[in-house]
Amino acid sequence: MDTMTTILQPDHATIPGVSKPVKSRAARRVHGLSDRAIAWLFVAPTIALLLAINIFPLIWMIRLSFTNLNLSMSYLPLRFVGLDNFRDILTDEDVWFRLQTTAQFVISSVALQVVIGFGLALLINRQFRGHSFWTTIILLPMMLSPAVVGNFWTLLLQPQIGPFNYLISLLTGVPPSSFSMTGQVSLAPWTIVLVDTWMWAPYVMLICLAGLRSIPDYIYEAAEVDRASAWRQFWSITLPMTVPFLMLAVLFRAIENFKMFDMVNLLTSGGPGSTTELVSISLKRAAFEKWRTGYSSALAIILFVTVFGAANIYVKTLNKVKQR
Amino acid sequence: MRRLGWLRSTVASTVVAAAALGVLGGGEAAAQGKQLTLCWAAWDPANALVELGKDFTKQSGIEMKYEFVPWTSYADRFLNELNSHGKLCDLIIGDSQWIGGAAENKWYVKLNDFFDKEKISMDDFVPATVVGYSQWPKNTPNYWALPAMADAVGWTYRKDWFSRPEIQSAFKAKYGRDLAPPKTYDELKQIAEFFQGREIDGKKVYGAYIFTERGSEGITMGVTNVLYNYGFAYDNPKKPYQMQGIVNSADAAKGLEFYKELYKCCTAPGMTNAYMQEGLDAFKSGQVAMQMNWFAFFPGLYKDPNVGGDKIGFFVNPAGPKGHFTQLGGQGISVVATSDHKDDALAYIKWFAQPAVQQKWWQIGGYSALKAVVDAPDFPKSAAFAPQFLESMGIVKDFWAEPSYAQLLLDMQKRVHDYVVADKGTSQQALDLLVKDWTKVFKEQGKEVASQ
Repeated sequence: MDTMTTILQPDHATIPGVSKPVKSRAARRVHGLSDRAIAWLFVAPTIALLLAINIFPLIWMIRLSFTNLNLSMSYLPLRFVGLDNFRDILTDEDVWFRLQTTAQFVISSVALQVVIGFGLALLINRQFRGHSFWTTIILLPMMLSPAVVGNFWTLLLQPQIGPFNYLISLLTGVPPSSFSMTGQVSLAPWTIVLVDTWMWAPYVMLICLAGLRSIPDYIYEAAEVDRASAWRQFWSITLPMTVPFLMLAVLFRAIENFKMFDMVNLLTSGGPGSTTELVSISLKRAAFEKWRTGYSSALAIILFVTVFGAANIYVKTLNKVKQR
Repeated sequence: MRRLGWLRSTVASTVVAAAALGVLGGGEAAAQGKQLTLCWAAWDPANALVELGKDFTKQSGIEMKYEFVPWTSYADRFLNELNSHGKLCDLIIGDSQWIGGAAENKWYVKLNDFFDKEKISMDDFVPATVVGYSQWPKNTPNYWALPAMADAVGWTYRKDWFSRPEIQSAFKAKYGRDLAPPKTYDELKQIAEFFQGREIDGKKVYGAYIFTERGSEGITMGVTNVLYNYGFAYDNPKKPYQMQGIVNSADAAKGLEFYKELYKCCTAPGMTNAYMQEGLDAFKSGQVAMQMNWFAFFPGLYKDPNVGGDKIGFFVNPAGPKGHFTQLGGQGISVVATSDHKDDALAYIKWFAQPAVQQKWWQIGGYSALKAVVDAPDFPKSAAFAPQFLESMGIVKDFWAEPSYAQLLLDMQKRVHDYVVADKGTSQQALDLLVKDWTKVFKEQGKEVASQ
């Protein structure tokens, strides 16, 4: 028996100073408990916590969604209204408009983030001088809090003192105060996409980088032997082998952006008018400003089912792609 | 065993230490005596109230603690607190529109018995503030707050610019009248157009600053100043909750159109989501000739080294073709029903209602609603903006104060911002949609809404 074995698998009988009674006391303590019971004992606190802070509120919310509860008028009798809240939501033009706005935001921002993130990953995957420095610089935006990002972009985009308008003015000759990125109906939706992309493209880059690094070198070596061009290698090796990672990035970002609230709320408050009012902002207004608890519970359920359903379909597709 | 022994001694030490701390902490608390927490918005008058509160502590021995929240999250934060029956606030200076919900939901302590016992008469306060901040139902002797901070929308202007001979002559040449603080909204628009884009001291300046904020209450608190004066009303005075043809009358639509014209012609670029603070910044930085804002900020502006003193002037919200009103601001002070220190909180209100305290409140930057203060002969001369404040308090109108006010407010925010800033639809369509929204809210509240 070597020293290492002695340390990793202590045999009390052979180690001086460790006596047998210690072992028997320990055995008595767990006497009568099966391995399964011990496993439950360990898992139980987590399950209890999950039930208390996730499952119970979810069930409670489902219950509330069938009522007329409005917390600003809690003196009114609580009435069961059946599916009225759901019908109100699904027949409300404004809700559909908010969903459309959200879909446009999600699709545009995720598409841009994937293109830019993948491009950055391809660049960072190469070895060059200052590689670590540039990687850190690129990753900085995603390390910031969305509240900080929202506030400082508000300043950057301010038409009179913000440098962004001056930069555009320098490039195009348009007077800097003649347009407002957050205040114009035609620009505001693109502004939230721009800021979100600035913040989260590095995250997509990280995921893509993991995908690129997982491709074995010998595949490229074989392609080199076959005299495949760099373009051919990209289309036949790099892209297909990183597709599962890209899809994962799309899934993560789409879910995140579907519930985007803080950054957009700080940048535009959903305005001008309701141009950038994402469904999450509508939900917050209904639940915590209008206090329409029953209605907002129903809206939250509809959104949950939508995201859950879409994510499930997407994950199944992702698995199929992986199997290929 | 040694390990267990260590654990035991550690636990024992912790318990002893905790007990000692508890005793010490308890002793400290006992030494400090009683404490009250007062909740309000974080703004200039709140600082004045902190100063004023020191006198209360001196007299009563009760320590005052303050919970001030910025205006943009003030309603969210404190309505959440009241809704959840929290114990954060003993006293709250709640917005005038909360009074209906606070009374119906029993968030506030009803003060009638207390007022009777302490001989505090609501007749001693400015009538508009009693109706606006204290009564629910309105115009009934049911009091839920003591008027604490009288306020209304007023205007500031650059007196130094207005008085420059070259500017005066240019204005007279263009409009055929003297440049003076406007009495009507048409005059205001002319002056704003005159200043818009003009170069003063080598700097481009803009005509007017008006409220356009989308998220909380900004654009509504701005647009109502024009709407009231163009004939808008919330409902038919003879048929409560009948809004069709009143809220969306042709006159009201013209008023809304006017606000949009003012926003388009005469405001600084980027003012698409601006409220009190943005207005103060615009005025203090010498960007605008005229500024719409709450009287509460005027003491601070008057003291400003760059634009205050002789450089600033004040005027009452201008009249429109159908009347002369202004938007009521301000708040009353109430005792929170879930407070464990109701008696101390009532003692604070009793102290605050005293004429001497109210006089000091006005002197240090608050706005008293006590008649003894504002009707005193020397009051108009007590501050540069005092006459305008006094006049404004006589012509105020307030937004709905129903329990469902938040829904009504957010609906108006949306419809007005959609039209004024986002160029969506016509003014008539915006108001028609507003009537539809409000009708739905009142019906949900169980009110009967007559269509005609």
